[in-house]
Amino acid sequence: MSRRSERRLHVDWTRCDGHGACAELLPELLAHDEWGFPLSRTGERDPVVPPRLQELADHAVRTCPLMALRTV
Amino acid sequence: MTTMASRDTRRLLGTPPAERLPRLTLAQLLALVEDAGLTGRGGAGFPTAIKVRAVAEARRPVLVGNAMEGEPLSMKDAVLLNRAPHLVVEGLGVVGQAIGAGRRVLAIGPDVDPGDAETAAHGRGVEVAPLEGGFVAGQESALVNQLSGRPAVPSDPLVRVTTRGVDGRPTLVLNAETLAQVALLARYGADWFREAGTAEDPGTSLFSISGAVEHPGVVEAARGTALSDVLAPALPQDPVAVLVGGYHGAWLAGWAIDTPLTAPALRQHGATVGAGVLHVLGRGTCPLRVAADIAAYLAEESAQQCGPCVNGLPRMADGLRRLARRVPDPGLPAEIDRMRMLVTGRGACAHPDGTARMVASTMRVFAPHVDRHLAGHCGLDRGLDAGREVRR
Repeated sequence: MSRRSERRLHVDWTRCDGHGACAELLPELLAHDEWGFPLSRTGERDPVVPPRLQELADHAVRTCPLMALRTV
Repeated sequence: MTTMASRDTRRLLGTPPAERLPRLTLAQLLALVEDAGLTGRGGAGFPTAIKVRAVAEARRPVLVGNAMEGEPLSMKDAVLLNRAPHLVVEGLGVVGQAIGAGRRVLAIGPDVDPGDAETAAHGRGVEVAPLEGGFVAGQESALVNQLSGRPAVPSDPLVRVTTRGVDGRPTLVLNAETLAQVALLARYGADWFREAGTAEDPGTSLFSISGAVEHPGVVEAARGTALSDVLAPALPQDPVAVLVGGYHGAWLAGWAIDTPLTAPALRQHGATVGAGVLHVLGRGTCPLRVAADIAAYLAEESAQQCGPCVNGLPRMADGLRRLARRVPDPGLPAEIDRMRMLVTGRGACAHPDGTARMVASTMRVFAPHVDRHLAGHCGLDRGLDAGREVRR
């Protein structure tokens, strides 16, 4: 389905509480919906992380207070 | 094409218990379900061979038969476990032995009588587990969670139950009807199985028929049979449309009633066979009232875990309710559409997507009636409770 090197941003919706840190850190990939939950900007369920954003993505993953964000 | 009158339509509900349980190795089972083209009968329609292969390497996995039947319009698992519980138990035996299962559990929802299953399972190494229900309780991970002593809500799909399931063990969950189909396959073989249905979608299925019909109930029909032929024995009364696939399904308008129940034919209507739920809308019932009622029910049945589902489903249901009540707000369809797209793909399970699918289909198929409502008319509404008929 995806190349091995390709990483995607995955939200565990059962954990996400809409703190919004991820969308602040990765505005290129995520917006907020009207309730504060992350909304993929790419239209993909789990948006692909381009190489130039990987460091920021890792930072967003570490920053999520509920550990609801992962790269997969 | 095989039709209702065929002998093939009495497979699941007309086969007596086996004298001896067929014994299959894992390789034999995989070859059998692959040759037969068996797909899951619980709704998702996933190839059974792929599911079984996912636990092929597992040491003493758990095998779970799923008879939770959380869909209010579905009755087929209840009927199957009443009329042919031995087939489900045999299926658990055959698959359980082939995969070297450490436990075989038959999970039964509150609307399914466990009595006959308990009798059939007695002394056959199958645990019958009557469980708590709810619309999403039969979802694979929710079922595994309940069997592990946790709340019956879905988990993030990243960790599959075939990797970590009941009590942390690799777990294979198969629908009760799928297991019964395996029992028949083990006895009669793949060629026999393919005598019914189509080349791409072989075998038979159980269908739960409700709504504007003289004889609601469960029928068995070959896969790919025309919708009208599947409905015929229930005697539909002047059908305006049929909800195919249940509360997460899509409507087929009356003009499409001869559509064969195949994946490609149904795809044009945004529908799938799902778990075989067919609900007939009669001439005197307002489709928007029915859809609003279903949407409200589905919003209530959210597991309350995922933000978009918790917030978006009630908003979508409220939009439909206002539309059904003929609130003269021309922005309603656009708002319903926006909510539908906002919840799609944004949950741990398929509940928001399925709800959005039903709502999208309602707005599309009944677009002229939506316009009538926006203009303050209906002509079909028999009162506030008309839509409640949809529930069993």
